[in-house]
Amino acid sequence: MTPLALGCLLISIGLYGLLTRRDIVAVLASIEVMLGGAQLLLATYSAGVTQASAAQGITVIVLATVGAEAAVGLALLVALVRRNRTRTDQIEEVRG
Amino acid sequence: MSLLRDMPTLVVAVPLLIGALLLLGLRFWGRSAPWLALIGPLVAVAVGAASLQGGSSGSVRWLAAGDSALTLGYQVDGLSAIMLLVVGVVAACVIVFSIGYMHGDRGFVRYFAILSLFTAAMSGLVIAADLVGIFIGWELVGACSFLLIGFWYEKPAAAEAARKAFMVTRVGDAAMLVGLAILWRATGTLELSAILGSVGSLAPAVVTTAAICLLFGAVGKSAQFPLHIWLPDAMEGPTPVSALIHAATMVAAGVFLIARTWPLFEASPEARMVALVLGTITALGAATVALPQTDIKKVLAYSTISQLGFMFAALGVGAWPVAIFHLVTHAAFKALLFLTSGSVIHGSGTQDLREMGGLRRTMPLTAVAWIIGGLALAGIPPLAGFFSKDEVVGSVLVAAPWAGVALLVASLLTGAYVARATRLAFFGARRGTHEAHESPWTMTVPLAVLSICALGLGFAGPSIAAVLGAESEPLSLGLAALAVGLASAGALGGWLLAADGGAREGAFRPSVAAVWSTARDGYHFDSLVNAGLVRPVTALSRFTDSVLDRGAIDGIAEGLAKLARAAGGLLTRTMNGDGQNYSALVAAGAIVLLCVTIWLVR
Repeated sequence: MTPLALGCLLISIGLYGLLTRRDIVAVLASIEVMLGGAQLLLATYSAGVTQASAAQGITVIVLATVGAEAAVGLALLVALVRRNRTRTDQIEEVRG
Repeated sequence: MSLLRDMPTLVVAVPLLIGALLLLGLRFWGRSAPWLALIGPLVAVAVGAASLQGGSSGSVRWLAAGDSALTLGYQVDGLSAIMLLVVGVVAACVIVFSIGYMHGDRGFVRYFAILSLFTAAMSGLVIAADLVGIFIGWELVGACSFLLIGFWYEKPAAAEAARKAFMVTRVGDAAMLVGLAILWRATGTLELSAILGSVGSLAPAVVTTAAICLLFGAVGKSAQFPLHIWLPDAMEGPTPVSALIHAATMVAAGVFLIARTWPLFEASPEARMVALVLGTITALGAATVALPQTDIKKVLAYSTISQLGFMFAALGVGAWPVAIFHLVTHAAFKALLFLTSGSVIHGSGTQDLREMGGLRRTMPLTAVAWIIGGLALAGIPPLAGFFSKDEVVGSVLVAAPWAGVALLVASLLTGAYVARATRLAFFGARRGTHEAHESPWTMTVPLAVLSICALGLGFAGPSIAAVLGAESEPLSLGLAALAVGLASAGALGGWLLAADGGAREGAFRPSVAAVWSTARDGYHFDSLVNAGLVRPVTALSRFTDSVLDRGAIDGIAEGLAKLARAAGGLLTRTMNGDGQNYSALVAAGAIVLLCVTIWLVR
């Protein structure tokens, strides 16, 4: 399996999970999977380019961002769990 | 005096200002209102008298647009001076008379305010030096007439009559406006002197069309057939108003307009023929309708229409100074008759001739005034109506014998309806239950003033002709004898008809009774107009309202709104707060974009 195909597969799996799962934890995990796929595609493409250092730099920055995003997401998750809302259809009203 | 002669605009400014002041202080003026309102007519009389031997003129540019501008000016000549005198004297008499007649009315001050405004508008009309000024005055007197006919607006009949008068005269006014437009297009100006000076250089068709348009404006204002239907209904207004507006001044404005624009009519035999035919029809027809009326004011209303028909017939044969002479005498005796009928209504509490009778015993002054007015109207020498009517009939008879004969028959009928009304109201046994009483001095003094005019004005014929710059026609003795004989015969017939308080009219054979009641209804002309014109137009209005306006136009507007709302509703459904739904849409959008990109770079 080529890295390109793997990247596409990861994004597709992540998208599928994002759209179909109602569990917030699963949705967050799906987003992480999609990000992983996107990163893989970026890194793969950069390998065939002469000035690869820029793409690789971006990849590293995105990794850090993903870490931050996961922290924020999990904090929100904790807040939602405290209100006993762990399914996406329970948080349609994002007020208050 | 020279101040009055040089500043004739005072006749507009003073009553206009007073009218505005009165309107501003409806609760403030109280019983002083009539004396304030009296100033306007007195100014008109003074200016008119000062300008008899030649007045002044002036104008300002108005509504300038590029090279073309309307001028608004005044021009006081003999005709204006005479009209100012008529308007001023009658208006003054009416205002004094109204003090008693309108005593205790809730709209006392409002009444005199509108009378003052009317005086301003009518004076403006007669001193205007251009058709713009005439038209403005023309419309303003119409508006004042509307306000005064509907003065007792709580009464549905009065409100209805006011609307009717306004709408019917509007038909004529529209024609007049078209005439103005034609003249403007042909000559580039609406100044009377310029237009009348260039009549010779205009195409005959243009002159005729313009003249006929102006004539129809006059027909509407002067209640000539077929636009006469508003005047009998206008009797719903206070009686002094009928005397001023619907007998003496405003309805005579049509005759004045034609006299003012005479060169147009002189150049157009067709327009004169239309005036002659309409005038003759009106004079004869209205006289027959006046005969069977039971309402004293309706008798006078149809009589006014008939007498205006005489004036139009005189205009139709080219005798415009004669028409103006008859206008002046008619203003005096018809205003007298109307004010007398007001006094009768005030004193006897009814305006139905069948409920009067024997009033000469309780209202002697009023009875004398009425008889003077009636004799003048019937054309009995030496009262005013004799001279002017004789000149009218004489000039028409020479130019168009058929019309002259019709006018002679109308004179006969005039005698008949006057005598009938006189006997029914003032002679015989008292039939009403109301305790009749003579009216106060404020009401009898104006009657006396107008009686003197009705007695003496006939002798002013040559002077009026001289002021108008025309030759006075010598009286033809044979014709005069014939006319007086016919009028007397008619009067005798009318007198006999009214025996026993009108009991004879109830005992007609069925065939006669049918004709009698048809004539009383004005030959059903009103219902004819209603069925033939008013109802179709109403139906058309309803159609355009419900189908075109509400259906099509509102349908389009509301349909667009509904479409937008529906589209919004559809989009609202996607905004349900479900994040995954949004994500799905984003993904779908991304896929679409991806496909497009792939297809484009292919």
